[in-house]
Order: sequence, then C-alpha cells, then structure tokens
Amino acid sequence: MKKLINDPDAVVRESVEGFGMAHPDLVTVHHDPTYIVRADGAQEGKVGVISGGGSGHEPMHGGFVGRGMLDAACPGEVFTSPTPDQMLAATEAVDGGAGVLHIVKNYTGDVMNFEMAAEMAENDDVEVQSVVIDDDVAVQDSLYTAGRRGVGGTVLAEKICGAAADAGHSLDEVADLCRQVNDNVRSMGMALTSCVTPSSGEPTFDLDEDEMEIGIGIHGEPGRERKSIRPVDEVVEMLMEPVLDDLGTKEGDRILLFVNSMGGTPLIELYIAYRKAHEIAEQHGLTVARNLVGPYITSLEMAGMSVTVLRLTDQMIDLWDAPVHTPALRWGV
Amino acid sequence: MSRTLDDVLAWLRAYADKIAEEKQYLTKLDSAIGDADHGVNMNRGFQAAMEALDDKAPASIDKALNTVAMTLISKTGGASGPLYGTFFMRAGSAVKGQETIDVSDWASMMDAGLQGVIQRGKAEVGDKTMVDALTPAVEALQQAAEDGDDWGDALAAAAEAAHDGMEATIPLIAKKGRASYLGERSKGHQDPGATSSYYLMETAAAALGG
Repeated sequence: MKKLINDPDAVVRESVEGFGMAHPDLVTVHHDPTYIVRADGAQEGKVGVISGGGSGHEPMHGGFVGRGMLDAACPGEVFTSPTPDQMLAATEAVDGGAGVLHIVKNYTGDVMNFEMAAEMAENDDVEVQSVVIDDDVAVQDSLYTAGRRGVGGTVLAEKICGAAADAGHSLDEVADLCRQVNDNVRSMGMALTSCVTPSSGEPTFDLDEDEMEIGIGIHGEPGRERKSIRPVDEVVEMLMEPVLDDLGTKEGDRILLFVNSMGGTPLIELYIAYRKAHEIAEQHGLTVARNLVGPYITSLEMAGMSVTVLRLTDQMIDLWDAPVHTPALRWGV
Repeated sequence: MSRTLDDVLAWLRAYADKIAEEKQYLTKLDSAIGDADHGVNMNRGFQAAMEALDDKAPASIDKALNTVAMTLISKTGGASGPLYGTFFMRAGSAVKGQETIDVSDWASMMDAGLQGVIQRGKAEVGDKTMVDALTPAVEALQQAAEDGDDWGDALAAAAEAAHDGMEATIPLIAKKGRASYLGERSKGHQDPGATSSYYLMETAAAALGG
C-alpha cells in the first residue's frame, strides 16, 4: 500500500513534530515522553483536562489541545495506547492546582495505562479523576466483553468538559459532567474499506468491492455484520436507528448530531449522510440543536463514517457554544 | 543445580530474539482478532528492554527483571506494556535479593508474574488471553517443584503445558481485550497474547533447561 511516509517506525514522531511546527501559537510538543500541551501551559486554579490514545485518529486528540478543550494529549503509536510515563508527564504539565481529569476511551490498553498513570500521579500528590467513554452501540455491553468502545462521543466530551474547566468548574463537577455526557451519547460506525497501518502495510481486514462492514471500530475491529453495499440513505438508517434506539430518545429531545468521516470519505459524501441523519432525527421528533460534520475521529485512510448522537441539556449547549481555540475546532474567538 | 543472573539474562535475550523472529506472525494472529500490533509492540518493548540491560548491567536477578518491566511499561503501549511489565516486575520481586534460584524459586517467580497479570488484566482462565497459556505452565512448574524434578524436566513440562494452553485458546470466545468485541467471530483463532506467553516458557526451556 502506498503511503506518504519516510519510515514506518518514525510516523508518529515525525507527524507530531510537524503538528507542533504548524501550530506553535496553540501547542507545544514534548518528546521522551511524547505529549502535546497547550502553548500557554498550566492554568493556575483551572482543572486540567487531558486525553490520549493510539495515533491514527487525527485530529483526535492532539488537534483538540488549546483553549476551551484539552490542556494536553498523549499520542501513542498507531492504534496503540500511549504509556503511563507520557500520561504522568502530561498530567503534571497541566496541573494548575485544581486537579486533572483523564478522559479515557474504553479500550483495554488505554484503561490499564491510564490507571497506572493515575496511581503514579496520586503518589506525586496530583488529584486525578478518570472518566471512561464507552459510546459504541455496535458492541453489546456485557460481562463477556471488554465493554463498549469509546468512539465519537469522546470528541464531544472533550469539548464540553474543556469548556467547563475553562469556566472554572471544580474537578468533581467536570468529572460528573463528563459522565453525564457519556451517559447521554451513543455512536455507531461503518466502513467501505479497511485502514492500513504503517507498520503492517497491509489492509487490517478484507472487504470485497461490493461489501461494507456495519458497526466497525476505529482500529478496524470488525463490527456487527458484513453486508452488500447500499445507497448512503439506507446506510445512515442502519446506523441511526440502533443509536437512537439505544439512547432511548423521546420526542422533543434536543440533540447534537455528529456525522464523522473515518478518514477516507470526502465531505461531499459526508454531507449526503448528514442530510439523511438530520431527516431521521426530525422524523423521530428530535430537535437537532447543534451539529458537527467532518473528519474528527478517524481511522487512518479508512473510507466510511460514523454517527454520534448526544442528548443535550441547557448546560451542555452553553458549554458547546463556549469559545474554543484548537488546531481542529475553533469558534467564538 | 541452581541458576544465576547470567542464566536469567540469557533467557531474556532468547525471548527478545524469539519475539523479533516471530514479530510478523504475532501481528498476523492479532490482525485476525485484534488490531494487528502485538508483534510490533512486543518487539519495540523488548528491543528497548535489551538496550536498557546493555546500558547498565543489572546487579541482581530482581533488578534485571525490574529494568525489563519498567522499560516495557514505558515503551510498549497497548495492553501488552502494562501486562508484561507487571509480569516481569512481580517475577523479580518474588526472588528479591537472591543470587541464585532453583526450580521452586522459578515456579514462585512465574506464579507471582501470573498473579500480577490476572490482577492488572482482570482475566480468568478461558477468557482467551495470556492467562490461558501461563496458568497451566505455572501449575506444571509447581508440580515439578513438588516432585523435585530437575530444571530440564520442569521447564519442558511448563513449555508443553503452555503450548497446550495456547492451542486451547483457538476454539474459545474472547472475553477480554479488543478480541472480545468479536464475540463468536473470535472462535477459531489462536490468541496472540497466549502465543507470546508460550514463548516465555519455550525460551526458558531452551535457555535454562540445559
């Protein structure tokens, strides 16, 4: 598979270096251990909000570092959790004395590494709370799995919690809000093609020209079922219905509708998907109060999309609208 | 006969070499039911661990294992870093300060490592994980220690038990880690973590069993 890289082993380092050079006004990049921190550093008296995860999902998480969202992000190797020393260094770099929130996507490695980092930070007297995001309805939550995966809801949680921290809320309040977002958000994705990790150079899974995978994960983990390809309106239905059903929306609910590209799907197609998703939401009597459309949580070059629905409160709407200034999301400034 | 720091270092090197050799194979197993990075991650972690041992010669068996553990935790990432890191850290702690080890010490080390993995990963036998290969190996070692077997017999029995445990993961439904998202579709595939855990016992038999 052709890729614009120099060396598979240097992909993350070189990409993060370039990211730092592109946005010096917003972020500073540290190496050994690697983390991306807002350029103006720890904010005295403000709760620090950090996240992290495997690389390959850009702009998540580094692209969300800046005012009003994340204070720092820890990029791991491609599709591999970052390590506790990165998380510990990032936690200490953003601690302004009010504690630090770790927003963790529910993957075995991420959870374990963040757990170790939180233990280490507490030994260093930094107060840490962790909230695990698990919004992927494609996975049945049961005792027999690692639980639901953390996907698109993570982006929304990072924006809303970042804004709450910016507004001066306490660590307990920001963590509670994060759990509230997680309780009210559901997502599901699909793929037309596989991603190709730089180290393997091969598609992670095989999908025939006329097939699609419904319920795909952001690392190419297989989903609920493989089907023959259908027009986008039908595909959006296959994603929206389980999401709304699982969320248990009621007529009159206000929602944030997030239609995300997995990396390879262009905006022209994504807006056709948004059109249908919006229509379905309205048919269910929902008010699409806010929306987000674009590639925000990707899976390398995978073609495909995901939909995320967040049931909004007045507070969440205010925090969503609050100023944000990061490489990937910017408004109100 | 007892084993020394040099023997343990030979085992660690043999294991790092084995992981390097099987990097692609482990990654292939992982692409079937995981996210295609187990071989790459383990190799990155163990190459770094070997460099750390070369940079600063460890003074004792437990210090050598602790260096490996800390390097794995900071260089491997994924679930393998904390799990293998915890394994080596606990294995080292079990023989803290000892200059030599015998078969029953080795059984205690492997058992302590396994208990650490179970605690960190919250997995049980049958969940299609490392624990499926390590548990029968530890049981075989404990039996061998009780029977007074020599190193060769004890480690051969552990390797065989780990091999059987690894193969027994093939029909299982994964209940932990990314493979668990597949449910029924994880059946028919050998677990990559159980495979790299079997290599621990296989390389021990070769490096320490003679």
